Amino acid sequence: MFKWIHKFGSPPFVYGVSKAISPWIGVASLILFAWGLYMGLVKAPPDYEQGEVYRIIYVHVPAAWMSMFVYVVMAISSAIFIIWRLKLADVVAESSALIGASFTFLALVTGSIWGRPTWGTWWEWDARLTSELVLLFLYLGYMALRAAIEHPQSAARAAAILAIVGVINIPIIHFSVEWWNSLHQPATITRADGPKMHISMLIPLFIMLGAFQLYYFHHLLVKMRAGMLMRDRRARWVSERVEGGRL
Amino acid sequence: MKANTELFRVFSTVLRREMRVSFASWGEGLNPLLFFVMVVTLFPLGVGPEAKQLAAIAPGVIWVCALLAMLMSLDGLFASDHRDGTLEQWVLSGQPLSLIALAKVCSHWLRTGLPLVLMSPLLGVLMNLPAATLSTLAISLLLGTFILSLVGAIGAALTLTVKQGGVLLALLVLPLSVPVLIFGAGAVQAVAEQRSALGQLSLLAAGVMAALALAPIGIAAALRVGVASGD
Amino acid sequence: MTEGALLQANDIITWRGETCVLDGVSLNVSHGDVVQIVGPNGSGKTTLLRTLAGLALADEGEVYWQGAALHTLRAEFQNELLYLGHKPGISGVLTPEQNLAAFLQLRHAVPDQNALLEALHALGLGERLALPCRWLSAGQQRRVALARLALEPVTLWILDEPLNALDVNGVEWVVSQIETHAANGGAVVFTTHQTMPFNTVQPIRFKLSDAVLGS
Repeated sequence: MFKWIHKFGSPPFVYGVSKAISPWIGVASLILFAWGLYMGLVKAPPDYEQGEVYRIIYVHVPAAWMSMFVYVVMAISSAIFIIWRLKLADVVAESSALIGASFTFLALVTGSIWGRPTWGTWWEWDARLTSELVLLFLYLGYMALRAAIEHPQSAARAAAILAIVGVINIPIIHFSVEWWNSLHQPATITRADGPKMHISMLIPLFIMLGAFQLYYFHHLLVKMRAGMLMRDRRARWVSERVEGGRL
Repeated sequence: MKANTELFRVFSTVLRREMRVSFASWGEGLNPLLFFVMVVTLFPLGVGPEAKQLAAIAPGVIWVCALLAMLMSLDGLFASDHRDGTLEQWVLSGQPLSLIALAKVCSHWLRTGLPLVLMSPLLGVLMNLPAATLSTLAISLLLGTFILSLVGAIGAALTLTVKQGGVLLALLVLPLSVPVLIFGAGAVQAVAEQRSALGQLSLLAAGVMAALALAPIGIAAALRVGVASGD
Repeated sequence: MTEGALLQANDIITWRGETCVLDGVSLNVSHGDVVQIVGPNGSGKTTLLRTLAGLALADEGEVYWQGAALHTLRAEFQNELLYLGHKPGISGVLTPEQNLAAFLQLRHAVPDQNALLEALHALGLGERLALPCRWLSAGQQRRVALARLALEPVTLWILDEPLNALDVNGVEWVVSQIETHAANGGAVVFTTHQTMPFNTVQPIRFKLSDAVLGS
């Protein structure tokens, strides 16, 4: 097991794989984006209650999903980094933070824009939006801690601990916010999304989810390459690649 | 596995040392309490002395102020131990660092959390809370401040080597304290609305158990990183 | 791996930013060895001692205690280690006795009160027992920390500049402690910029060159 991790977790190997597959993933993501947006914005029927407004879910829902997904990826790779001292896992976590925060921010903004016509306000203390806001704070804390500690190895380990603490807390935060919201719920329209949706509205949503997912992997692979070069800048495989012009 | 008596010896040794240190500089220990009292008394000045309005915001205000007071006190939790080298000695003591950290957190809570708890009924009266809620306020703070000490200590340990780490500490710890705030203030609110607060208090108690089990591991890991990174 | 080595460092590499602080350092310490790490300021002496003690992690290389990697047997190793760094680990608000008792009790059950007082007297702190340590001079605070040499029955001492701020008597006391310890089969790794009047042992000098700039 351990040997296996070390072979397939060795930076030169991963760098090569990443370089080979990341363009394909990028192209696939672009195709899915075009297809999903066309299906969602043009083909899908308008909503019975919300009319055309609901179409923002094709960005909002995938962004919200990715914001959680990326944090979990960050926490799992942080745990791998702490337990097996696998430096590549730290590269994954580090490369994920900014894009995860961006997904969270996108989910907040689209949620807020969606709230304007449905609730009549730009911001409603809705449980999901509030959780998302706390999640954004967690991302910002992670990046701030990483930036604040000078010694790179210590920064990596401290940030990893924070990510693990955060991921244990996310369900608790989510639950507490749901509970708090159910107490203070004013009589507003609850938004119709989720399983009640018609299949013709759901399919574009899944396509968009796939597009976001692939976009993240593409971004991760490209950013990891930069991270590996930076971290291993004194290693021979890097200088060989630089001299051979094979970056 | 070490014998229980040995673990108890480690815990009580550190706790006694820490209590000695805090008694020697007890004036500093009172600052969070003063902060708590002063900030709460600012609210009537800010929003007006109308009794109903004060009572309505009191649970949230008192709880947020308690949270901030705890946060303030956490800033230097490990700073002097780091500066004088005690922390290095703890890391190298051959004893479980998480247990040492737990003793340290307990002494921190006794010094800062407990005074807040004891002072809170008085502030409740100032904020015009109904008499029936005062005991719930104190109990919710008793459980909640202990969780905050434990979780906050992880943040304090992570920011050990960061210069001016106080603001960063707040950024790290505040999102994690959202559930404590919700259930703590919620418990008081419930009693004020003549509902039972048992649910919230049980959740806080469960939080204490979970934090007791997990936070010391996190604190110890973070302290090791901090000590490794610099003199 | 060398047979019988107590502490062994293999090819330790440590970077601090773009500076290579330790460039492939290997070191063996056996029972009875007294090893003095020498080198100019900034040559990585403190970093090496901290790495040997398991406080700092090396970027590459591994430290072994009795043949096993350090991080696999942390508690066992630490039970046999006494590390005194630049910072003495003495709290300014506690008295010398309270400071020492807290460490001794944490590490090895209830301390022997008589031995503790005896050590403090031997170090010339007999008059200062009830004073908080912040009222003591730097040299006296160093003496309080050094008293642990006489009180903790462990195998390996790692001492970073133990003679800092000490007067002649203090230096002699430390020298005699080190000699006794080595004679009893203990091992010592230390740094100092002062000359030490050893009588019975001849320290092994381990030289670290000046900091090597990164390529």
